[in-house]
Amino acid sequence: MKLNRLSRYLPFHFRRRKAPRKEVPFPAKERGIVKKRHQCPFCHRHIEGGELERNLFVCPDCSHHFQLTPWERIRFLIDPGSFQETEKGIASLNPIDFPGYDDKIRRMMNITGLDEAVITGIGSINGKKTALAVMSFQFMGGSMGSVVGEKIARIMLTGVGRNLPVIIFTASGGARMQEGIFSLMQMAKTSHAAARLEEAGIPLFIVLTDPTMGGVTASFAMLGDVTLAEPGALIGFAGPRVIEGTIKQKLPESFQRSEFLLKKGFIDLIVERKELRPTLSYLIETHSRGGIR
Amino acid sequence: MIKKKKRELQAKLKELMTLADRDRIDISEEISKLREKISGGEDPLARTWATVQLARHSDRPTTLDLINRVADCFLELHGDRAFSDDPALVGGIGMLDGIPVTFLGHQKGRNLKENIKRNYGMAHPEGYRKALRLARQAEKFGRPIITFIDTPGAYPGIASEERGIGEAIARNLKVFSTLTTPIICVIVGEGGSGGALGIGVGDQVFILENAVYSVISPEGCASILLKDAGKARDAAHLLKLTAPDLFRFGVIDGIIPEPAGGAQNDLLATAAAIKERLRKELSVLRRIPISQLLKSRGKRLQNFGEFRETARAPEERTANKFLARLRETVISRFPS
Ligand SMILES: [Zn+2]
Repeated sequence: MKLNRLSRYLPFHFRRRKAPRKEVPFPAKERGIVKKRHQCPFCHRHIEGGELERNLFVCPDCSHHFQLTPWERIRFLIDPGSFQETEKGIASLNPIDFPGYDDKIRRMMNITGLDEAVITGIGSINGKKTALAVMSFQFMGGSMGSVVGEKIARIMLTGVGRNLPVIIFTASGGARMQEGIFSLMQMAKTSHAAARLEEAGIPLFIVLTDPTMGGVTASFAMLGDVTLAEPGALIGFAGPRVIEGTIKQKLPESFQRSEFLLKKGFIDLIVERKELRPTLSYLIETHSRGGIR
Repeated sequence: MIKKKKRELQAKLKELMTLADRDRIDISEEISKLREKISGGEDPLARTWATVQLARHSDRPTTLDLINRVADCFLELHGDRAFSDDPALVGGIGMLDGIPVTFLGHQKGRNLKENIKRNYGMAHPEGYRKALRLARQAEKFGRPIITFIDTPGAYPGIASEERGIGEAIARNLKVFSTLTTPIICVIVGEGGSGGALGIGVGDQVFILENAVYSVISPEGCASILLKDAGKARDAAHLLKLTAPDLFRFGVIDGIIPEPAGGAQNDLLATAAAIKERLRKELSVLRRIPISQLLKSRGKRLQNFGEFRETARAPEERTANKFLARLRETVISRFPS
């Protein structure tokens, strides 16, 4: 395309940000998010990038689960070539004229190569078709504004319309404050979409990944028919620092982690990353056999 | 009109100051608040902050004050049937114009002792689960639900997390969105974040003139986004949390006027204004068939959000964006 060649001679911010997704179905590393060498934040071991990737970004020693970009997640989970992204053309506005918000969005788009903090689409797991949403913590902390809420709600309603199970991978710091009251309303919107799934008898599977907090926890993330979590993920409503500020004492490291939620009865199962694909495949199968439906 | 209000306030300030002088009581807080309100006539930032202060005023009518004056009679019901009874979120059955209705609301205290009991209106999961139980009960017996929202937020504590505050709020959002009975919500004081929304999903949502409704407290927003906890006033202004803003955004269906100077000055007039509005809305909502009510409630919820949508191919979008930016640059470099 002409624009491509032309853009080389333009100042940086005019240049094309990325190759079209059609040609490169799973671009992940070229975003610069994946480094050559990583250090595990828990056992402090240095791991070479290739090795880490082969191990699905899980530390080979202590099995710490690194955060993934949504495209990596999709690549590890979905049958190759089966993923079709939906709702691509939705972009953020600045509904309450919050200073600096437009710039921030533009900057995040440049850094992450994503349009927003969630990717939605339809793909197959072991040949079984499913609707899918994967959130990105890299894009403004995965915060939920109007676009994230709309895309999440739409993928659930797509599940209703096309009779497909819905899987959502959460990763979010909570509501997007820069959108004020509109971000709060996304909680009501996505929860209503979950109610529509329930009415239609369509399963909703939630996979909680590190971290899932605030308004996302207090809406669709806690509304799955089956709720899974990756090991060691931080999951909660109020952030640990907010709670520490209220109770004036330090919280233990294990507080609000997946294992804590499992013990307290708020999730069904903790699933290691390499087990996610077979587990979700099993869940799709066991939820589509009919029963009384 | 603003001038007249200002004169009124100044007269009140003078009266307060002479009273304080005569009886030797300390009302410096009230005086400074009034002073702020007077100056608020000019500066939008101060005006917003004055509204936040009024919404949090210690003498502002609480949910039970209002229920007891709005309803002809009221019977409070307790407990979530699973863990305990949360005094920070109250509920029960009342009569309004001869119709049985279920009331739910956050309950703040008027003084320190009451506030310790009520946890400053910050509910734990059991509060939201009590609300859910009473809402389902209302649904079963075809009673409309009226909620009064007045909380700084759900309680951010260890017990709250252990018992799943996120799950409790989420469950309410989901169930209330398809509950087969009319729901009217009124933000009567502080509408703080998810804790407010936990009983805030309904067919019609109203707000008192000086109440506020926001995704995060001004203090929280200031410390996170403005990196300075002292900038709460600026944050309050940026968050657009006042009744007129919310109405403009379509999040709120109507503003209920308060007596001059704020609801704390006249409980009876405040309750009467709320009752008037509830009466009117209930008579409309009760006549709408439930299937239609649910359809419009769903539509209302799905319509929340402001975004831009281009159905075109991404290449074309990039080209358009580029052209738009080029146009912007040209215009900014060469004005007129
Ligand atoms: Zn490790």
